[in-house]
Amino acid sequence: MNSEFLEFRDISKSFGAIRAVAGVSLGLKKGEFFSLLGPSGCGKTTMLRLAAGFEEPDAGRVFLDGRDITDLPPDKRKVNTIFQSYALFPHMTVRDNIAFGLAIAKRPKREIRAEVGRMLELIRMGDQAGKKPDQLSGGQKQRVAVARALINKPDVLLLDEPLAALDLKLRQKMLIELDLIHDEVGITFLYVTHDQAEAMSLSDRIAVMDGGRIEQVGTPAEIYESPRTSFVAAFIGDTNFLEGRIFDCPDRDYCRIAIPGLPEVVSFNDRAIQPGQPTYLSIRPEKVHISHERPETEARRNLLPAVVEDVIYLGSNTKYWVRAGSYRIQVLRQHARYFLDEQPIRWKDPCWIWWHADDGFMLDHFRKADESLLAVPPQRVGD
Amino acid sequence: MKRRKAEWLTSLPTLVWLTLFVVVPTLLVFVIAFRPANPYGGIGRGWTLDTIRALATPSTLLIAWRTLWISLLTTAICLVLAVPTGYTIARAPARLRNRLLLLVIVPFWTSFLVRVFAWRSLLHPEGPIKKLLEALGLAGPDTTLLYNPVAVVLVMVYTFLPFTILPIYAAAEKFDFRLVEAARDLGARPFQSFRKVFLPGIRRGLLTAVLVVFIPALGSYIIPDLVGGPSGEMLGNKIAQRVFSDRNLPHASALSAVLVLAVLAPLVAVLVLQRKDKKSKIIMGEAP
Repeated sequence: MNSEFLEFRDISKSFGAIRAVAGVSLGLKKGEFFSLLGPSGCGKTTMLRLAAGFEEPDAGRVFLDGRDITDLPPDKRKVNTIFQSYALFPHMTVRDNIAFGLAIAKRPKREIRAEVGRMLELIRMGDQAGKKPDQLSGGQKQRVAVARALINKPDVLLLDEPLAALDLKLRQKMLIELDLIHDEVGITFLYVTHDQAEAMSLSDRIAVMDGGRIEQVGTPAEIYESPRTSFVAAFIGDTNFLEGRIFDCPDRDYCRIAIPGLPEVVSFNDRAIQPGQPTYLSIRPEKVHISHERPETEARRNLLPAVVEDVIYLGSNTKYWVRAGSYRIQVLRQHARYFLDEQPIRWKDPCWIWWHADDGFMLDHFRKADESLLAVPPQRVGD
Repeated sequence: MKRRKAEWLTSLPTLVWLTLFVVVPTLLVFVIAFRPANPYGGIGRGWTLDTIRALATPSTLLIAWRTLWISLLTTAICLVLAVPTGYTIARAPARLRNRLLLLVIVPFWTSFLVRVFAWRSLLHPEGPIKKLLEALGLAGPDTTLLYNPVAVVLVMVYTFLPFTILPIYAAAEKFDFRLVEAARDLGARPFQSFRKVFLPGIRRGLLTAVLVVFIPALGSYIIPDLVGGPSGEMLGNKIAQRVFSDRNLPHASALSAVLVLAVLAPLVAVLVLQRKDKKSKIIMGEAP
C-alpha cells in the first residue's frame, strides 16, 4: 500500500441522514491523472472535500505521501483545489489572486513577482494581470483558478467539476489545456466530474462512484471494455443487458448461457461461475453487427435473428434498435465505407445480428434500476 | 427625451417633498446662524459673525470633541460586536437564522425612551449592576456607573447595535463562503481568510453600518440627556439647551450647522469610496 501517494482508507461520511461516502478505500499514484466519475450525489465531491480538508470523515483516514493528514486543516495540507465556481477573490486583481498563496506564506516580494509572471505565462494571460475577476470570461477565470492553485506547487491538485460552467466548445479547449498542464507540471490530479467523456479523455485511471461507493477502478479502456457492474456499463457509454442462466462451461474460458426467448449464447468467462447460476450480460452496441444476410456460423459467434424497430442515422454511424425475443437490442454501426452504395436497413426489416463471445461481458453485479440510464426510444404503438 | 421627462415626472413629488422639508430647513439653519438673537427668543435684524465666533469657546469645543469621540468609539464597538454576530447568523442553519434575527429585532418592540430609562435603573447606584459589581469586589461604594461618558457609550452601543448587525448580516448572507474555503485551501489560517477575504467581501455592509451608527450617534440627544449627566453632555444637548432654556435660536443654529457639516463629511467620504467601487448603486443598497 506504500506506493499510494494519496490514499483514502475505509472512509465514511454522512450529512445528517444522508450517507455521502460509505466505506471507500482508494489510492492514487504519484503524478497520476485520476478521475472520480459518477452522477450527482454519488459522493465524489465529498471525497474531494475530504482530501482538501473541508470535511472530516466520520470514519477512516486520509494519507498523503504516507502521512496521515486526516486531522490537518486545509491550510496545512499540500493540496490545492480548483472549485467549480472558481471562487476567485472578487476584490483582487488576477495578479493578486494568483499571488495569494505565496503572499500568505510570506515569501519574498521578488520571488512572488517572478512566480506570478511565470504562471501568467503558463496560462497565457500576461496582458490581463490587472483585471478583476468579473471582467474575465469563463475560460479566463478557469485559467486563473488553475494558476492560483498551481503556484503553491501542491502535491495533489483537486479539481471539482472545473469545466461544468463552460460551454461545449470552450470545454473541449480547456480539456486539452488541462491535459497539457498536467503533462507539464507533473502533479497528481484528482479530478471530479459527472461527464464520462471528460473523465475518459483525460484520465490515467477512473473510479466510478455511485451511492457513496466505488463501483469500479481502472483505466478508461478497462472501465469501458470490461465493466464489472450494470451501473458502470450503463453510466459509461451505452450497452445492452441480457439476463440468463449459466448452462455449462465446457472449457474454463467460455460459458454457455440460456437466455429465455433467445437461442443459446456463448460468453467469455474470467471468473469462478458455476453452471446453474443466474448471470447478466453486457454487450456494447458497437460490438454487435447487423446485416440483412445471414452470416456464416462460427464458433463463439452469437447469431440471432431480429426485426428492426428503430433507425437513427447519425452521419458517421447509425443506431438500430432491433427486436430479438423479448429484448430490444441496440446496435451501433460505423460507416467505414460509402454508405449510399449499400442497401439500407430499414424499419421493420428482418435482419441478423451477431457478436463474438469475447465481446459480451458477464457482470458481477446487476441492478434493474440501472437500465433506466440507457437511452432507449419508446416503443411505437402498433408494433 | 420622452423617457427622461417621464422620469422627471415620477420623481417630482419626492423632489418637492425633499426640497420643502429637508433642503430648505437645512439652508435656513445655516442662514439663522449668521443672524443676531433678540431678547424675546426670536431672530434679530441684520447679520453678525458673533455666533460663529462664540462656537470657538473652550466649553463648546470640549463638547464637540466629546461628541466626536463618543460617536467614533460607539461605532467602533458596534462594528467589533456586529461583525462576528452577523457572520454567525449568516452561517447559522436557515431555521435558527430567523430566530436569531428575531432576537436582534426584539428590542424595537419596546419604546426607545423606555429602554433608556431601564438602563437608568440598571446603572442606578442602588441598581442591580452596581450591587453585583460591589459583591464581586469590582466596584467600591463611590463608583458611579451613571452620569458619565462611559454610560453614554454603553447605552449608545446597546441602542445602535441592531442597526449595525442588520446591514452586516445582509452583506454576510450574500457573501460566497466558498471564497473563505478557497483562502483556507491556499494556506490562509482562519483569521487570515476572515481578514483578507471575508471583510473585503462585506465592505459595503460595513460602510452602511458605519453610516447608520456614526451619523445618528453624532446627533444623539436623549441618551446623553438621560444617562450622561454634565460630564456626558453632547452637542445635541447643547442645541436643546440653546433652544429651550437660553431661547437663542442663532446659537442653536450655529451648533446645528456644525453637526450637519460633521454628518456630511463621512457621507461624502463614503460616496467617494463607493464611486471607486464601480458596482455600487446606492449607499443603503445592502441594508435590509
